[in-house]
Amino acid sequence: MSDLPLTFAKVSYAVGATPILRDVDLVVRAGAPTFIIGPNGSGKSTLLRLAMGLIAPTSGAIDWNGSRDPAPRRRAIVFQHPVLLRRSVAANLIYALDQAGVEKSKQDRRCTQLLDLVGLIDLASRPARRLSGGERQKLAFARALARSPELLILDEPTASLDPSATLALEQLIAKAARDGIKILIASHDLGQVRRLAGEIVFLHRGRVLESAAMKDFFEQPRTAQASAFLRGDLISEE
Amino acid sequence: MMEGSGALDLVLSGDPALYAIVRLSLVVSLSAVALAALIGVPLGGLIALTRFPGRAGVIVLLNAFMGLPPVVVGLAAFLLLSRSGPLGSWGLLFTPTAMVIAQAALITPIIAALTRQSVEDLWSEYRDELNAMGVGPLNRLLTLLYDARIALVTVLLAGFGRAAAEVGAVMIVGGNINGFTRVMTTAIALETSKGDLALAMGLGFILIAIVFAINASAWALRYYAERRIG
Repeated sequence: MSDLPLTFAKVSYAVGATPILRDVDLVVRAGAPTFIIGPNGSGKSTLLRLAMGLIAPTSGAIDWNGSRDPAPRRRAIVFQHPVLLRRSVAANLIYALDQAGVEKSKQDRRCTQLLDLVGLIDLASRPARRLSGGERQKLAFARALARSPELLILDEPTASLDPSATLALEQLIAKAARDGIKILIASHDLGQVRRLAGEIVFLHRGRVLESAAMKDFFEQPRTAQASAFLRGDLISEE
Repeated sequence: MMEGSGALDLVLSGDPALYAIVRLSLVVSLSAVALAALIGVPLGGLIALTRFPGRAGVIVLLNAFMGLPPVVVGLAAFLLLSRSGPLGSWGLLFTPTAMVIAQAALITPIIAALTRQSVEDLWSEYRDELNAMGVGPLNRLLTLLYDARIALVTVLLAGFGRAAAEVGAVMIVGGNINGFTRVMTTAIALETSKGDLALAMGLGFILIAIVFAINASAWALRYYAERRIG
């Protein structure tokens, strides 16, 4: 069972009368990371929550490899502010492995592998809620990998991290991408986009204005809004 | 203050009659907390995590029942357990078991209502993460109860405090029988009306000390847990 390709067909999402996303068509296929970029309030987080299946579209349809069942199979998400369980670092991972259906006999070994990968092995018995921001984000990343995802969704995972923690997380993201995990990520950091992106989806006021390969987007943005966004201008209202 | 020094003597000398009363109080109220927790914790958790018609009414009712007058609970338990009542054949009236049942009935709504609040608050924080991990309904309940464990201990201590301090319910269903169903609160009421203020005050000191100890341990637990678990 696969979660890719992920397809949005004319997806709209509204809260009450306020539209957040409008008529989004999008196909996410295996390959290099896809970055969702756009100004604050453009609907990035909502798009990712829809992609994860945490919320349902107001209209239109989302399917994961043809299935419209939103129950997560081979996908995982890391939030900007991940919520960790009130137990140790290792227990958080064991919990995720258990939920992902990993056999009990293999959980300890996998847990150690993941902690080693993200560099938290020395903190295994620490209470997860007492970790620093960067450590939390690494644990959330390891917890997402515990699901052996094909599609890994990241919602501005480095937005509140310092440069060294950001670098560490970017390295983890790059490695996951090399290992064949499809990354779908929202980011504000254009440097990060240049370092990691394969494709760009540019969101503006709830609409997908551009969807292009990274180089093309940076060299020849097709819309005035995208050009303005890249110049760092405040985007005008319309 | 003749009574005051007499009370202190009683407490310090380890008067056997006095300590039998204290022991029964603790046994009855701790048993009531255990019974109420067995019902109230899962009930509160279920109400927190399920949606059904009339849910808002149930929550309002539960919250209102937190303030049930002990004498009314005692009366209801009395009617149930008296010889001619529906459970009269059990022969429980005027036994410590009847007192446990009455106190459990008194504090089950408190435990259920506070559990519901804790679990629901935690759920709003955990919802996205648990859904993203595909956690099913039963596991969700167990996870939230476990992660709310510190709050739940405080909830149980609140229930214990309420049970240990009430007099109306145990008086009615226990009967305040000397050496059998006499607990601290009923003894204080009786000794005061008899004029034996030394014993009443001695028991009063102990009751206050217990209530203080409960609150101190609840505070300490929370302080420790927040540093340890976060």
